[in-house]
Amino acid sequence: MRQQGPPRHSLDNTSWLRRFRLPTQPLLRHLILALCGAGILYLVTSSLSPYNDYEIGEIALYVIALAGLSLLTGMNGQISLGNGAFMAVGAYTMALLMTHTQMNFIVELLAAIGAAAAMGLVIGIPATRLKGPYLAGMTLLFALALPPIADKWSTTFGGDQGLTTTVPNAPGNINPEEWLAWIQIIGALITLVLLANLIQSRFGRSFRAVRDDEIAASVAGIHVGRTKVLAFVISAGCAGLAGGFLGLSTGVVNTGEFPLTLSIQLLAAMVLGGTGSLMGMWWGAVLLVYLSQWSTSLSGYFNLGSGASAYLATIIFGVVLIVVMIAAPTGIQGGLRWTWRRILGLLFRQPAVIHPASGLPDDRVPIYQSDER
Amino acid sequence: MSLFINITLDGVSSGMIFAALALALVLIFRATKIINFAQGAMAMMTTFLASSLLAQGLGYWWAFVAALAIGFVLGALVERVLIRPLKGKSELNPVVVTIGLLVVLEGIAGVIYGNASRGFPAAYSQSGLTVGRSKIAFSHFDVFIVVAVLVLMIAILVLFRATTLGLRMRASAFAGEIARLLGVRVGMLLTLGWALAGVAGSLAGLLVAPTSSFSPYYMDLVLVYAFTAAVIGGLESPVGALIGGLITGLCISYVGGYLGSGLQPLGALVLLMVALMARPEGIFARHSVRRV
Amino acid sequence: MMLEIEELSVSYGAVNALSSVTFSAQPGAITAIQGANGAGKTTLLRSISGLVKPRSGSVCFEGEELVGKTVENIARRGVAHVPEGRGIIEELTVEDNLRLATLWCIRRRERQGAIEATFELFPRLSGFRRRHASTLSGGERQMLVIGRALISRPKLLLLDEPSLGLAPLVTAQLMALLREHTDGTDVTVVLVEQNARSALSVSRNAVVLNLGEVVISDTAAAVAADSGLRHHYLGF
Repeated sequence: MRQQGPPRHSLDNTSWLRRFRLPTQPLLRHLILALCGAGILYLVTSSLSPYNDYEIGEIALYVIALAGLSLLTGMNGQISLGNGAFMAVGAYTMALLMTHTQMNFIVELLAAIGAAAAMGLVIGIPATRLKGPYLAGMTLLFALALPPIADKWSTTFGGDQGLTTTVPNAPGNINPEEWLAWIQIIGALITLVLLANLIQSRFGRSFRAVRDDEIAASVAGIHVGRTKVLAFVISAGCAGLAGGFLGLSTGVVNTGEFPLTLSIQLLAAMVLGGTGSLMGMWWGAVLLVYLSQWSTSLSGYFNLGSGASAYLATIIFGVVLIVVMIAAPTGIQGGLRWTWRRILGLLFRQPAVIHPASGLPDDRVPIYQSDER
Repeated sequence: MSLFINITLDGVSSGMIFAALALALVLIFRATKIINFAQGAMAMMTTFLASSLLAQGLGYWWAFVAALAIGFVLGALVERVLIRPLKGKSELNPVVVTIGLLVVLEGIAGVIYGNASRGFPAAYSQSGLTVGRSKIAFSHFDVFIVVAVLVLMIAILVLFRATTLGLRMRASAFAGEIARLLGVRVGMLLTLGWALAGVAGSLAGLLVAPTSSFSPYYMDLVLVYAFTAAVIGGLESPVGALIGGLITGLCISYVGGYLGSGLQPLGALVLLMVALMARPEGIFARHSVRRV
Repeated sequence: MMLEIEELSVSYGAVNALSSVTFSAQPGAITAIQGANGAGKTTLLRSISGLVKPRSGSVCFEGEELVGKTVENIARRGVAHVPEGRGIIEELTVEDNLRLATLWCIRRRERQGAIEATFELFPRLSGFRRRHASTLSGGERQMLVIGRALISRPKLLLLDEPSLGLAPLVTAQLMALLREHTDGTDVTVVLVEQNARSALSVSRNAVVLNLGEVVISDTAAAVAADSGLRHHYLGF
């Protein structure tokens, strides 16, 4: 099972600093952090243009998908190349309900989560028997298999045009973009709080135990299969919620929104942010949202053809995957944590506890709330 | 009845193509114990380069051979530059890196060749042969597919079983450390394994291109079908790849013929899930996969 | 050909497997490496054959420094290492196991001859020649790996626990065979053997290791005679 975490650094011994520490109880701590985050984001959204608000909302929705993926891969050691397809399930569920029923949008979002989670169950059960590359291959095939189904039954699923969605009306005279962004931000914060609590709970410990050594975990009384399926279902549910939000953002849900590259981009964004981390997913989400803009300017700079920017973006995602994996497997968040530890070490003259960055799940990558508490 | 025959024949020829790409996956898996998810994209790249050569006026067969040669070099290059540095680390790293390579190659092809739709010529006529009085869905090109893949398979088998180079390659794959103690230059042979896989992949790319959309993504489905084929066959033997390829090809063909082409990937997914649930180690594997 | 080990130190992470090990092994003789489990005997052989890179120190064979060379290059200098656990390649046939060892050093025409000579040395094996090596018993596997080591006419032979799992009679035959092939030749043999008694009986020199350090390096007779030493480190 897991080794002892790193020793507490000397922050604890400095009493004046202790006054500024967060409460130790996880739920309270996470709620406080979430409220702070909400406050910051409120200030940001109200001062930016509607289009920027729209982008922040997009960032928030991708954080949801990435957090789920990070839980699955970083905490539980299962790789999935199919989370884009789970997003599609969520998006289509919501769009279908919106088209055919008059339900409240929150109910529709919950339904999106549920449908994606159910699909996660379908894939997650056989997935328990598969090791890394085999699981990757199966989820890859899943990501390719799902979209054509929507194309085949085009009357139900809207075919090429897809289905349209409508954003629920904003109360008062808030901009619709700001309102949507806020729905998405709240969704992201709630998801992060729930996942953070989950990680600190015994479920989180089971996830990590199974990741590190299945046999040892099973000997210790953890039901390995159920744990893995649970991680899969949660990750799929997160993707489903994100998919629903994406549908609201783009106004239309069609198969073109969910190609294989989406799943791979999610993987790249997660790896860049820091596999296993939750807060690191904000970095990855920023990459996802802004990369198309950057690649458009880049392709203009190189005078490439009009369609080239999308392909350029793809190249960048691929390079991110390769470079991060070879050179900095703990991603941005891991790098920041490493730097922070060194700084603390210098400040308090204690040897910094540096975690070796050796790769995905085999490495004891601490999540953002590390085992120090 | 004739529909059934035609669908079956179609399954055989596509199955052979899957077998060729599956062979590439098997060669790499035997050598370095990883699944190269970029194998399809590498094949796409060499085929795109071949189409450039054709556009420059090079004869078909020269372009064909050039594609195979480029595949050889590309395979060796990828092993040296991307896979070597990952030796000994977590088993998920090569998965992520090969996926990264997949998208990089697709992106590069997209940037260079753009969205202009293009086709790739077939080596032989693609119209159905006439058997007896009726036309069947098996053309000269399909015959070429079967023959080419069989020739490849036989060549690989002969290499492995009957030559000292093959002996060294097998030893390097089965017991690398011991082979090194016996003076075998294991590193070079693993690279050679990847290079040969590159050739097999390139062949598959060339054979699929005439009937596909020929976009940078055209090998995506072929790759996952080949993965299914390789898994069914056991990931350890060329013969397994062949049999797995045929099974997968036939299965896909029946699903497509009777249920519609949109459901083919789903059919493959079901097939893969059944294969992985029933015997994760495949039909021809010698060693059991560790179960929990 | 003299093998000279000087101040060899090997660590696995924080653990020091070998610390400043120094001794030499003479040609035409067997040098036994002794010590309890975990003393570092296997690590010593692995650092000579290049499987493990030492932290510091030198391994000098025939005047050439081996540290830093690749495993296959060291093997091609005439170093044959029979590793712990024997190291037959199960998926290959018996004959192919032997053939593999000939590829770098024997010309194509003469390979079959060398293989036949090995079968004469170990007649038991010739009945299995086309069978997969996985079908062999413990003793037969031992014969195969010794034969495979000898077929390349090594100048330095490293043996890691060859008698492990073998019946005493077979062990005795094995030791006698080793002695026969070393006496009067230039071959240097380094023998790691838990079974101290039988090892000391065929060796000229002995090195006793404890926790990665050399306790004593002397003639086998002297080591065998020192009963205090024997009781403490060798268990008899």
